Parts: sequence; structure tokens; C-alpha cells
Amino acid sequence: MSNAPLNNETVHRVSFLDKASLHIPILKLLQADGTTYENAVMPVIDKALAERIHDTCVFTRVLDERMLSAQRQGRISFYMTCTGEEASIIGSTAALDDGDVILAQYREHASLRYRGFTTEQFMNQMFSNEKDLGKGRQMPIHYGSNELNYQTISSPLATQIPQATGVAHAFKLQGKRNVAICYFGEGAASEGDFHAGLNMAAVLKSPTIFFCRNNGYAISTPTEEQFAGNGIASRGVGYGMHTIRVDGNDMLAVLAATQQARAHALEYNAPVLIEAMTYRLGAHSSSDDPSGYRSKEEEAKWEQHDPVKRFKLWMINKDWLNEADDAAQYEKYREEVLNAVKVAEKVPLPHIDGLITDVLDKPTPVLEKQLAELKQHIKKYPKSYPKSAGRI
Amino acid sequence: MAEMNMLHAINDALAIAMTADERMVVFGEDVGHFGGVFRATSGLQEKFGRDRCFNTPLTEQGIAGFANGLASNGMTAVAEIQFADYIFPAFDQIVNETAKFRYRSGNQFNVGGLTFRTPYGGGIAGGHYHSQSPEAYFTQTPGLKVVIPRNPEQAKGLLLASIRDPNPVIFFEPKRLYRASVGEVPAGDFEIEIGNADVVKTGSDITLLGWGAQMEILEKAASMAEIDGISCEIIDLRTLSPWDIETVATSVKKTGRLLINHEAPLTGGFAGEIAATIQEECFLHLESPISRVCGLDTPYPLILEKEYMPDELKTYEAIKASVNF
Repeated sequence: MSNAPLNNETVHRVSFLDKASLHIPILKLLQADGTTYENAVMPVIDKALAERIHDTCVFTRVLDERMLSAQRQGRISFYMTCTGEEASIIGSTAALDDGDVILAQYREHASLRYRGFTTEQFMNQMFSNEKDLGKGRQMPIHYGSNELNYQTISSPLATQIPQATGVAHAFKLQGKRNVAICYFGEGAASEGDFHAGLNMAAVLKSPTIFFCRNNGYAISTPTEEQFAGNGIASRGVGYGMHTIRVDGNDMLAVLAATQQARAHALEYNAPVLIEAMTYRLGAHSSSDDPSGYRSKEEEAKWEQHDPVKRFKLWMINKDWLNEADDAAQYEKYREEVLNAVKVAEKVPLPHIDGLITDVLDKPTPVLEKQLAELKQHIKKYPKSYPKSAGRI
Repeated sequence: MAEMNMLHAINDALAIAMTADERMVVFGEDVGHFGGVFRATSGLQEKFGRDRCFNTPLTEQGIAGFANGLASNGMTAVAEIQFADYIFPAFDQIVNETAKFRYRSGNQFNVGGLTFRTPYGGGIAGGHYHSQSPEAYFTQTPGLKVVIPRNPEQAKGLLLASIRDPNPVIFFEPKRLYRASVGEVPAGDFEIEIGNADVVKTGSDITLLGWGAQMEILEKAASMAEIDGISCEIIDLRTLSPWDIETVATSVKKTGRLLINHEAPLTGGFAGEIAATIQEECFLHLESPISRVCGLDTPYPLILEKEYMPDELKTYEAIKASVNF
């Protein structure tokens, strides 16, 4: 039946709907002091899962702190932190099966760590050395790992959204019990690919979890200059998909919402939209300075909602962690990251022959000729091409 | 062998590929039960089911993004863009994603199983939004292959090869030949290798190079020139990226002259790339400047389509000018 409305209710005088017509509550399970709300319906979580989440939080905090400072020292060219958004990122990834494919935007390195990306692998990518899985072809933080089902980051925003629909659809056609999860910010949700990807997933029935990190800013642009509707969640309902808004700084709420989203996606071959309300505590990137567009007071207010601290207090309340062990873990990772930096920056850079591989499955004769000519040129002017001249 | 038109040959190729490869899916706007606005996918949904041949919502960027996702996760994805004029919303997905998937990941991920099929070109009174030839936008993007057939047999063999190529392919179909071009097509499964130009006719005085629907124009112009005693060698490039420099250069070294014909506007068209490469390869063999007979640098017109087109008469005049240089 084409174009049939959901119900046949009619009215006989003009009456508009507005953004307040749709009531969207926020799921909250964990309070600032680490205790849960009285009626909180808890996610499935045991001590081992909590420890894996906590370990990822600590590592991510340390990595972000150390690598931003390495960027400031000029050791790497670029960096992005996810400080303040750890619960959104880690809580959602922790709800997945390791076979579920992650299509991230770029601020989700904590997901990759949760899956098992090693400290050395992070460093090899950021230093673009010859051990980098991406062969030194992309800016720092554009990680990817086939082994860990984490598709390689691409800088253009929102392109991963319709791709996630396709990845999930492939799982459905192959009869596999896996989903794709797609991360993006509220700014990326303004791109056409957002509309395309969500609409296609709903219509084609692809088991996709669309996870929006609504962190308040797209570089400098605040949400009130990004959209006028009822957040991003209202759109999910418009596309006809199950939708939920959660406190993105509440690890347990994010975990619970994503666990149930995954179950729904698999049971009904249907997409789900999760809007996580959070805050980007750091700058957009190492090239950005937020003091030009937001106040210290605003940042200080959000620091009170630190998701990592809240989850730590919950674990301490459960007697699954103590302050001394927590502090020791930070210390361990500080040393590990520092040592890994020292190692990675000494690993040789990728060889020039890799310049022409992987454009297609094998280099064309034209590409081989171009490379040969380039090598001849470099031999003539070795001092001008120090990264390659010594190894031709 | 059976006689069929280009649409039937394409439909036949899709059915053969889908039978051989159960991971293959075909999708796009109106391609499902309806069989596509040109009927290229006619009967595929009935034969292979709704999971393997299906409609998508009306969103070219979505189709391309979805296709990238499918292909990155083990599927053979054949996406139809209803008209090449409407491929531009998908440009970002194709240029920034499809083309770079393998390179950017260090070969950890690829979308080699992806083929875009799209009707291109004029001659159907379609005005500028149903007639464009956007091939040069894609030949400048490393990571893509660009293939264009000239007749039903070529369409079937090249499409089967494109679908199975381990790289993403954009397969431009000359829509004015869909029903107009009829010919013998081998039955069953066969492939024509991508990357090789085809010397359609040998000759000694000038090389005429084109692709797609313009091959008919070159053949007509060559017949006219033969009457004047000019012997033309005709080459169908077939694959524009990566293109077969060797076959073209060998021919031009023999004839000493080259004429390139395409429907797309002259400036920035692929003929410019060919001309630059061939003058480099064949400089001392050339008897005259390389000639380009192309569309005008205007949007594709409607009522003055005949005037715009690089037709056989313009080509014939350019042949004579080159030979008499």
C-alpha cells in the first residue's frame, strides 16, 4: 500500500506540530557520586567487563594527555583527544560483539583500544613509521584495523554513515549475527550522508547502530547554530527507527542503551539511533583553540560531569576498584606510553616503493614509470629528499 | 551466439554474474521489480529474489555509500546510478571513499567488489541533465577504473570483467546505443580484458581514437575519408583508466597522425590527456598536430544537440585537415 498514513486520525481545523510535540527523555542510571538511581534498570555487567572498561578509560586519558603534549613538542604533527566523551565511546563499544564492525568518525580511538589495539600500534600510526598498518598514508589518529573490525578513518565527515548501512546489510545478507556501529558527531549529522544512511537503513532494514556523540560543538560551531530541531534523536523517529537519548557521560546508561539497541537490531533487522548527550572537554584538535568561542566557566561546569570519575566511583562503591590501584594504573600507562613514543619515533619511515602500492590491487605500468623517474630525480638531489634518499 | 541489443547484453551479463557469484547484489533507483528505467535489470528480482536485486531510496550519495559498505564487507556490489548526470551527489563517496579505500587503509580494507553502472551521453534529446559524459571527472581520480563499451558484445564481456575486477569500476553505458545497437553476442560466460584498447580497423594514414557511442561516428567518418583515398586506423579505447598507451602509441607511430573524438566538452576532456601523452611518446613520428573533435565548451544543449555533437561530418573535416596539414 503506497503512502498509507500510520493512523487515520483527522482534524478539522489547522493545527501544527512543533519540536516540543515529541517528548524525548534522557536515560540516566549513574549519579555523579557513583551511586545508581533508585529505579535504575542496570545493563549486563560483571567485574571483568567493568575492569576492561575502566582500563580503557585510564589508557585513553593517558594517551590523550601524553600525545597532545607530544604534538606540542613537535614530535607528531597532529592530535585529537576524546576527553569528556569516554563513556559515550567506550560504553557503546563495550556493548558489542568483537565481530561487529565499527565505523568511526575520528574521535573514537578508545573503541579501538577496547578491541585490543596495542600501544605500539597507536604509536606506529601517529609517527607514520614503516610499521604503521596504514603505511604512513594518513594523518595521525586515522587508525584502522581489519583484525579488530575497525574500518580505517577517513577525514570527510559523515561518509561512514551510509557505509555503515552497507556493512550491516552485508551481515544480514550473509546470515551473520553481527551489526555495524557508526559513530558521528551532531555536526556531521547536518551532512547529506546522514540523511541518506539513516533513511536507507530504515527502509532496507539493515542492522545498524547509529551512535551520535552530541558533544556540543562542531569545531567552534555550537549546537544552536547547527540545528533547530529537538536534537538528533527526533530525526530517528522521523526515519522510522527505534531511537533513544542517553546521558553520554553515564557509562552504565550508554552500555544499557547500546546492549538493547544491538539486541533490537539483530532481532528485527532494524537500525537504532542513539543520541548521547556529552561535552567535548578538549579542543577540536591540536590545531584548535576553544578560548575563542567558549568560556572557562562552561568548561568548568562540564568538568564536574567527568564520565571517567563517575564510573570509577561506581566501581569503588562495588568494591571492584580502589584509589591506589586506580592511581597505579595511570602510572603504568604513563610509563608505557612514554616508552612507546621513544621506540616508535626511531622506527624507519615507510620505503618510497610503497608510494604506488594499493592505489589499485597492483601498480599500473604508468605508475611504475612515474616511480622510476622519481627515484632517478631523488638520486640527483638527495639532500632535498632526506626521507627517501638514503634508501633507493 | 545470439543477436541482441545492448540492454539485453547487459541484462544477460548481470544474470550470469549473479548466478556465478552468490555474494553479488544489484541495486539502485527503480531497479527492482520494475527493472530499471531502461530495463537493464529486468527480471533479475524475479530470478534472484528481493535480497539480491532491490530498489533503494532516491539518494545517489546513499547508494554509493551503501555500496562502499557492502563491498568493504565481502559483497560484490553492482550499483546503478540512473543517469550519469545524477552521479554528482555521489561524487564525494566515489572520489574520497571508493577510490581511496584500499590506499588509505594500507590494503587492510578495499571495495574492489564494487561496480557502478551508469548510462551516459547524448543523442536522446535529453538536454543537459540526461546527456552528459562525465568520464574525465573520474579518470583524474587514482584508484578507479573507467570502462565504456561500444556494442552489445563488448558490453557483456567488459561488464562481466568489470564486476569481477578486484578494483572498483565505473562502467559508463552509452544510452543512445541501448536499443539502437544490435549485434551478435556470444552465449554464456565470457570476459573481455579491462585495460586493452581494441584496433577495430587497420589503416595507414591516420589513427582515429574514441570510445562508446562515438565509435559509430568514427566508422562513418572513416568510410567518407576512404572515398577520398585516406586510409584510417580505428581504435576503441574501451578502458579510459588505466588506458592502453602502448596500443595507441604503436598505431600513431605507424600512421603519424591522431584524431580523438569524444562527446564531452573539449576543455579538460580526456582527449587532452591522450594528446599530451601521445605527443610525448610519438613526437618524432607525428606528421600533424593531434586533432580533437569534441563537444563544445557549453552545457549539453537540447534543440541544438546536432550542432553540439562531434559528428561524422566534423570528424571527416578534421581527418582531411590533419592529412593535408
